[in-house]
Amino acid sequence: MPIERRANEILWRRQSPVAQAARFAGWLALAALTVFTFEVMTRNTIWAFFLDAPRQAADLLGRMVPPRWSYIDQLWWPLWETLNIASIGTLLAIGMALPVAFLAARNTTPSVAFVRPLALFVIVSSRSINSLIWALLLVSIIGPGALAGIIAISLRSIGFIAKLMYEAIEEIDANQVEAITATGASGGQVLVYGIWPQILPAFAGVCVFRWDINIRESTVLGLVGAGGIGLNLQASLNVLAWPQVTLIFLVILASVIASEWISARVRHAFI
Amino acid sequence: MLRIEGLTKRYRTGDLALDKVDLEVPGGQVMALIGPSGAGKSTLIRCVNRLVEPSAGRVRLGDTEITGLSRRELRRARRRMGMIFQEFALVERLTVMENVLSGQLGHVGFWRSYLRRFPQPAVDAAYQTLERVGLADQIDKRADALSGGQRQRVGIARALLQQPEILLVDEPTASLDPKTSRQIMRLICELCAERHLAAVINIHDVQLAQLFVQRVVGLRAGQVVFDGPPSGLNPEVLTRIYGEEDWTTAATRRKGTDGGDDDALDEERMAGIV
Amino acid sequence: MIAIAGQRWRRPPLIADVRLRWALIVGALVYLTLALASLEVNWNRIAEGLPRALRFIAAFFPPDFVSRWGDIYEGLLESLTMTVTSTVVGIAISVPIGIGAARNVAPWWIYVSCRGIIAISRSFQEVIIAILFVALFGFGPLAGFLTLSFATIGFLSKLLAEDIEDIDPGQAEAIRATGASWLQWINYGIQPQVMPRLIGLSLYRLDINFRESAVIGIVGAGGIGATLNTAIDRYEFDSAAAVLLIIIVIVMFAEYSSSWIRGKVQ
Repeated sequence: MPIERRANEILWRRQSPVAQAARFAGWLALAALTVFTFEVMTRNTIWAFFLDAPRQAADLLGRMVPPRWSYIDQLWWPLWETLNIASIGTLLAIGMALPVAFLAARNTTPSVAFVRPLALFVIVSSRSINSLIWALLLVSIIGPGALAGIIAISLRSIGFIAKLMYEAIEEIDANQVEAITATGASGGQVLVYGIWPQILPAFAGVCVFRWDINIRESTVLGLVGAGGIGLNLQASLNVLAWPQVTLIFLVILASVIASEWISARVRHAFI
Repeated sequence: MLRIEGLTKRYRTGDLALDKVDLEVPGGQVMALIGPSGAGKSTLIRCVNRLVEPSAGRVRLGDTEITGLSRRELRRARRRMGMIFQEFALVERLTVMENVLSGQLGHVGFWRSYLRRFPQPAVDAAYQTLERVGLADQIDKRADALSGGQRQRVGIARALLQQPEILLVDEPTASLDPKTSRQIMRLICELCAERHLAAVINIHDVQLAQLFVQRVVGLRAGQVVFDGPPSGLNPEVLTRIYGEEDWTTAATRRKGTDGGDDDALDEERMAGIV
Repeated sequence: MIAIAGQRWRRPPLIADVRLRWALIVGALVYLTLALASLEVNWNRIAEGLPRALRFIAAFFPPDFVSRWGDIYEGLLESLTMTVTSTVVGIAISVPIGIGAARNVAPWWIYVSCRGIIAISRSFQEVIIAILFVALFGFGPLAGFLTLSFATIGFLSKLLAEDIEDIDPGQAEAIRATGASWLQWINYGIQPQVMPRLIGLSLYRLDINFRESAVIGIVGAGGIGATLNTAIDRYEFDSAAAVLLIIIVIVMFAEYSSSWIRGKVQ
């Protein structure tokens, strides 16, 4: 807190004039960057379409309502498939993510210099690529269907689960591990008695959290052909069957709320 | 019996924690290791079971040379040395019984321990030990549901379940209130007497050490500067161990009010000594 | 006193109720069997895909940045501009909504409406929002920008609101006791407590927005996703590999720099 003395008063300011100017310049730069990027982004935008939006919205709303309720009969099977894609995908991801997490955690990795960076690279690659993009790739490689969706979901989830788990492993209390080591326990026993109980709550929380996210993600995988309710969405969009689209949105909303409720319950049970 | 010869530990940072320490602890003897923070007490204890790898010197337990063992042999040797920790170091999310049984891990194969199927004699011993330390009614509680004193009792039971020849005790009372501290120290010393166990106890509370142990070793900057009976701790010796301070109150108290349960006074003294 | 010799011990089970425990186990097994059984796998198609998979992996050594560079550059520019603008706008809108959605600072009717906005924004995938916005505003990055801004609101407001609800009430109370107005109270009692995390969350959201910008292109909302989609549709795996690598590198860069900034702020 710079204090300035002048003639017979003491001036207090939160920051020195220089820091204040720098701060102002920083905000100005951010604002300028935003305006500039906005300009670049909208170079090719046809503003007539944008201004037209309210009319479009009213028009769209008119076509979307009421939803076509009878279509629900055709949605049960895709919904079941969506659930399976999310659940099996999550299970597969857990199986693959756990070893990666232990290899990536500084205190359990066999080699900080070599294995750890490799594990971290696996994590960041998996995290960078959205499951929809994985699905896009997999559909083109192994063909459309729920299997592509499952693999896409699990490939994306590995990074997420492994990242949160390796952070949890790095935060464990070393004293407890040391105490188990001191009893003459083997490496595996130290893992099971000293480390695993400490990370179990985080593990359960992370898995259920990811399952919840995966339910959301698997609802749209069908847009690229990877199974689930998204297939119906895509089909309905293609023929502009908006009342069906509305119903699908409602079904997705319901399943998202349900999965969030379940995951909150399970996380609560494990604390 | 534990024999330490020329034990030296230099950390990677360059700090010399132990400087050619020679020490011998005969079977059944309870020894206190005192000294200021950073004197190398914890390092010494951890070098014995090689949780910290010594830089030089030898440690022998009975006729096994600990310092020369391979990893596998070291695990077998660690069974013979029970360790008790300052912050209890219980696995907090396991139950009391699981924590105690983890003292048997060195004797049980991986899958048996994974499935919690310990041999019946081990389970018997666990019940017995828990009864002895006064926790028979807390068996299926989770460790983090216990009070500090109870946790340390679990820690003691875990160490005992190893059927050790020696106890390595690292600041057993540092996280406890004065009254519980005494109870815990008394319990450790009684158990050592009952089972003819040797013990090396790191402790910073000199009064508490004097009350219970048979022998005191003073460590300063990695070197042994005192080795003798508790009664040998006079102001001059304490100055040698801890540095300049007015020790008269400590000396008079030992003569005058020994055994009095003046907790507040105890606490104040502890604050002065560290 | 308990009888000591021969007393059995078993670990107390996680779920105490025996019937519930078995119901959960059996339920999980039945579900898994049904789920796996209902999975239709076309093995011929997969066998056919194997060489393609190998070709895809081989495409990374080396990837082809050159032949589609024009498209990649356009897509990347759209993605990056979308990311910056939507994050800034999203944060600007999120802060008031986040404050409004914190139970301990807002009156109930503001609280309820702000929570409503958050719930709507969080319930739908970015992709679904993008579909709607493309229908409303036409193809292109503007729809993407609006999508990401909207999604940012749900994410940031919710976490900000939870943060405000978790503040140390003592500090806030002390400021209120000085006779500060509501705005002064927010500025002095609450902002200092939540600012570091707000900055951290904003950087995290910047990272997410970039990743999402690569996706919404698939439904026509501009960005590098469109480029990627085209490349994959044409089986141009070496161009696709180039795009994927660019995404990974940018995300890595964003992650390292944001953790650096967070370290500076906290």
